[in-house]
Amino acid sequence: MSREAPPIYPLIRNVGLSGMLVSFGDQLDEATNRATLAFRSAVNVLGLSGVVETATSLASVFVRFDAVELPHDRLRGALAELLLTRDWYQAPLPDGRRFWRVPTVYGTELAPQLEEAADLAGVSEAAAIEELGAARVRALTIGFAPGQPYLGTLGENWDIPRQSEVTPQVPVGALVLAIRQFVLFSTASPTGWRHVGQTGLTLFQPEAADPFALRAGDELQFEPVSRAAFLRLRDSGAQQGGAIVSEVTS
Amino acid sequence: MRALRVLRIGPSCTVQDRGRVGYLGQGLSQGGAADTLALAEGAALLRQDAGLAALEMAGMGGLFEASAPMRIALTGAEMVATLDGAPLVWNASHRIEPGQRLEIGPAKRGVYGYLHVGGGFATPELLGARAAHLVAALGAPVTKGDTLPVGAEMLPAARQVTGLGLRVADRFSGGELRLVESFQSDLFPPEVRRRFAATPFTPGRRASRMALQLMSEGAGFAAEGQLNVLSEIIVPGDVQMTGDGRPFLLLREAQTTGGYPRIGTVLPCDLSRAVQAAAGAVLRFRWVTLEDGLAQQAAHEAAVAALPSACRPLLRDPADMADLLSYQLIGGAISAEADPFETGAET
Repeated sequence: MSREAPPIYPLIRNVGLSGMLVSFGDQLDEATNRATLAFRSAVNVLGLSGVVETATSLASVFVRFDAVELPHDRLRGALAELLLTRDWYQAPLPDGRRFWRVPTVYGTELAPQLEEAADLAGVSEAAAIEELGAARVRALTIGFAPGQPYLGTLGENWDIPRQSEVTPQVPVGALVLAIRQFVLFSTASPTGWRHVGQTGLTLFQPEAADPFALRAGDELQFEPVSRAAFLRLRDSGAQQGGAIVSEVTS
Repeated sequence: MRALRVLRIGPSCTVQDRGRVGYLGQGLSQGGAADTLALAEGAALLRQDAGLAALEMAGMGGLFEASAPMRIALTGAEMVATLDGAPLVWNASHRIEPGQRLEIGPAKRGVYGYLHVGGGFATPELLGARAAHLVAALGAPVTKGDTLPVGAEMLPAARQVTGLGLRVADRFSGGELRLVESFQSDLFPPEVRRRFAATPFTPGRRASRMALQLMSEGAGFAAEGQLNVLSEIIVPGDVQMTGDGRPFLLLREAQTTGGYPRIGTVLPCDLSRAVQAAAGAVLRFRWVTLEDGLAQQAAHEAAVAALPSACRPLLRDPADMADLLSYQLIGGAISAEADPFETGAET
């Protein structure tokens, strides 16, 4: 291994010339994800002059800043101090979360890598559809493309690696899978993850008053429907592919 | 409204400005002009704000006609440009009249050329910018038959100058890209990082506004356990290794997060050199410390701020010429190949 010792979290590291990353872990779990959502919001509340924008990834909070106005040492100090103010791993999830039930076709030519993913997870295709369709997953972070969620966490058998080759293109609404997570594609895009399901969701509508459909913390379930039922929904122009949305009362 | 009609155009031309800041947390990368220095140069030549939108032309320009008198500037990758058949100097500003044909051909050096107009292009704003971000399905390429609206000149008539030129250092032939270590650099053994900096790369065919593929001989540049790293934030300039250890330089329109690890991050001030490296150019990487990187970036920003004062008249003002009648003012059209600062009124 190139690392001399395992890192101790939370960990503050530089990103390029003018970014800083506060990481709460190196794998995905419930507490780590809640910590990132709460810490990002606390950094925003701090309102440090020189901070340009913040974002979360799965287990980290990213801070982009103007290194002339806010030198590295000063930002690092402020972030370290903020880390000490509470136990971030115990933070509650954000308010105003929603639950989306999304009609999804698994496999077929619409989602051609279900079989491959099921093999890697050591289950039959039928068992895969049952497991994936029953999972209630949370939007752990929004990223990669506009409004696009990383969703987790799936059972341990779904800890399958990315492909070594990139798939040149999956369509909007594609449900792809790797490392115990789904990603639901908001735009047609290349990916190294396996395309297991197809939905009719449109996550980014740039001309809408609220262009981004999902928020980090929202919960989703991808309910299996037949290919024929999926095509009927699509051809009837059902809003958001027939997804049903309700508030999560925590 | 003033407008520029598009009579013919290359396949990958888009309106670009400095892009959108503040949507990273929603998964939308900044985007904007591939060569941000070219945006600043055009703004300096037209004496206007560098936030205005210009037309970015990837490899090939087009044929344009103005609906009203307007000022233009040409920057970035050097392209063959003519106005009603007469050569126009690149890295300079010019005036065009209604009905005149502005023709911009293929790039002679570099990749992205820019056509700026006085007042900027006034295409619709989406999420606070006019920049097309095709990966995010924001905007569309400019096509034949389009009419590009042009914004009002913000300058008083007396200050709407043209005929200014800029000397531009070569950033179109490859060369050195300086990079700093980032949070995943230590996933790559020190030997791999050294070998990366000792390896010459050429731009691959998979070049886009998202990323530049980097080709090299020999082994790839693998990290430890690299197919199972958690997806993390991406910043422009990151050099990402795909599964087989082949590098991609991520640009301003890249995805905002990714799981393939990044060996380091190229300084923002070196990205114009990277995106303007055409097929066959050789790029090399050099590691610099964070302190050096910050100092070099600050020096670059100071030079950009000084661009307006670096613009100089292409020709001497006839009013300054005592023996005006001895000059041949019309017949000697300027060659696009010649150095505009050495030609003109000195015949």
